[in-house]
Amino acid sequence: MEENFYISPGPHIFTKSKTPKMMKDVIIALIPAIFAAAYFFKLKAIILILVCTVSCVVFEALIQALLKRKVTILDLSAVVTGILLAMIMPPSLPIWTTVLGSLIAIGLTKQLFGGLGSNIFNPALLGRAFLMAAFPTYLTRWNAPFTLEAVTGATPLGMVKFGHNMNINFGGLFTGNVSGSLGETSALALLIGGAYLLIKKTIDWRVPLAYIGTVMVISFVTNLVAPGTYAGALFHVLAGGLLIGAIFMATDPVTSPVTKAGRWVFGIGCGLITMVIRLWGGLPEGVMYSILLMNAITPLLNRLTRPRRYGT
Amino acid sequence: MFTKTFRGGTHLSEHKELTVDKKIKALNAPAEIILPLSQHIGAPNRPIVNIGDSLKVGQRIGEADAFVSAPVHSPVSGKVKAISTFFNAVSGKSPAVTIENDGKNETIAFAKREEPETLPKDELIKIIKDAGIVGMGGATFPTHVKLNIPKEKSIDTLIVNGAECEPYLTCDHRLMLEKTSEILKGIKLVAKILGVKNIILGIEENKLSAIFALEKQARQINKNSTQIPIQIIMLKTKYPQGGEKQLLGAILKREVPPGKLPLDVGVVVQNVGTCFAIYEAAYHGKPLTERCVTFTGNPLREPGNFVIKLGMRLRDAIESSGGFKEDPAKIIVGGPMMGVTQYSLDIPIIKGVTGVIFLSKRELEVFEETPCIRCAKCVDICPVNLMPTEIMRMVKYSKWYNMPKLHATDCMECGACAYTCPSSIPLVQYIKLAKLEELKKK
Repeated sequence: MEENFYISPGPHIFTKSKTPKMMKDVIIALIPAIFAAAYFFKLKAIILILVCTVSCVVFEALIQALLKRKVTILDLSAVVTGILLAMIMPPSLPIWTTVLGSLIAIGLTKQLFGGLGSNIFNPALLGRAFLMAAFPTYLTRWNAPFTLEAVTGATPLGMVKFGHNMNINFGGLFTGNVSGSLGETSALALLIGGAYLLIKKTIDWRVPLAYIGTVMVISFVTNLVAPGTYAGALFHVLAGGLLIGAIFMATDPVTSPVTKAGRWVFGIGCGLITMVIRLWGGLPEGVMYSILLMNAITPLLNRLTRPRRYGT
Repeated sequence: MFTKTFRGGTHLSEHKELTVDKKIKALNAPAEIILPLSQHIGAPNRPIVNIGDSLKVGQRIGEADAFVSAPVHSPVSGKVKAISTFFNAVSGKSPAVTIENDGKNETIAFAKREEPETLPKDELIKIIKDAGIVGMGGATFPTHVKLNIPKEKSIDTLIVNGAECEPYLTCDHRLMLEKTSEILKGIKLVAKILGVKNIILGIEENKLSAIFALEKQARQINKNSTQIPIQIIMLKTKYPQGGEKQLLGAILKREVPPGKLPLDVGVVVQNVGTCFAIYEAAYHGKPLTERCVTFTGNPLREPGNFVIKLGMRLRDAIESSGGFKEDPAKIIVGGPMMGVTQYSLDIPIIKGVTGVIFLSKRELEVFEETPCIRCAKCVDICPVNLMPTEIMRMVKYSKWYNMPKLHATDCMECGACAYTCPSSIPLVQYIKLAKLEELKKK
């Protein structure tokens, strides 16, 4: 018998749930929303998702090679960023803008900060924020579902906010038969994905609960005070990007707090900022900015909410 | 029944099915044993025998004058062949006595006692000290020291540790099942020494058969006695449930302050194996010369639980227990979470060896470290509320100014964080580096 034994410090057993598996779980959780997007926005959705994903992966590989880092596209994190970026774009967006958005998301937000795990902001959201600042007209042109023509229609949030139209089509909001970004319209598809991630313990329930809970409380109270001006809690939960934001963006481990207390504060903060923008700001939707702002204070939250020392 | 547990930790794949149904079997003593002179934490022993001396079973061969020490006794009769240094399973090389077994099994006169529970406390502590009993859960801290409570402390509860939370290991489970009344008698003696008000035996719920056996016996004893009853509490199967602080936290909801011991919160924790050794010493006068060890893993032909003479080499023990059916690639002494890998089959079995796990080549788990994604699984799992990811960043980027806030020294190195890390970061090693840096400051 050969007596060459493998020596290593403990532990000697490890979880099977490694980073690529967590990324795969997020991709699986996005599948219902991808199908919904393809159903309501047809070929435009499929092309956008493909272009975004491919360009994110290509940019990741290119930039890593250029910076002489190890190319790590197999960890699937760029795929997740690509799909998420596509999901928060209007269906009518010109293709070249999505490529630019991918470059900002992967290059500026992620790789320049040191790659996976080192970024301060959610890559997909910062990519969208850049496009929003640079090309606001493209980012506010919405398709009605099943139409391939870009019409300057309004999202349900826009209709309520600027048109004071309180005839809300809740069925459409729930299934996704309303205008909006690719992946944000179908509450049903997003909730299925969220349930999967929670069951798999890939995301922590505190952030989505705190986020959605805060939005519900604020919208319930404001609706009670001024029902003619402000829509109710159910509308604010189902409309716009809240669900995709709360389930897939705010739960991004890299850019959200590591402590449980921190996650509560993070979720509540996201909810507050979202509602301030939705109700009193100049834009109809505030999910993107709320999460980006809370991303910025995440290191501070981590410091302020360290767990109590055991035994003290 | 309602199970108790602590905050943090995780359920691990148990792998106990390999040996849990295997009855404890005594292995024959080998022709030669190598007995390390010190098998405890504390002052090292000096040999009190010379080369050529004849020995009997139970004869003392090494001792120290210091209070924190535990003598070592010969498990066989025969001749002292050599006194040299030899490597052991946990601490590199140490002085050891080689004894040639003459096979006659002549023993010293063991002082049998009918009713040791009537003896005074100091007498009982002396019996335990003279028998060389140490913490049998692997810690090997001399038991008589742990039972010698400083006057200013008051102890109200004895907790007996039957958690056996490390995967693969089953020796405590089998011991509880097969030596039920002996363990309960040992527990009573410990309770008598401590003068406690509560006796609680905590067992993980995956050892139901042991829980039933003990519950049945304990009910009998409790019924026929006016003394304080032994309570048996079922614990959630979760690692590291068997850590002293986690165990007493789960059962009593008390937290041991940093740098303090269970006795500072009125508790003494003893392992079930230790209680069995105390029974053997008090009732039969037997010093600690053998222990129950789990040999397990797929490369073994006959995995099982064995009573092994201390000083028996692993190679001899495996051979007499059935040998290998395939080559092992990794040998772990202890559990798979906190155990120590071995580079040789020649190490002797000593007092602190709870089990030996053999892994084949295809079972080796080797991962490459990838970037931390801040998923916080390590923070959520840490049973002592640390932030392993932050400690890792402090060490990696020399952010030592964070040291006072991260309390790296509270870490007991259970390895739960490294187990759960999706990026395969060796967090325990980073924390050890942080501890080292903290030591340098002092």
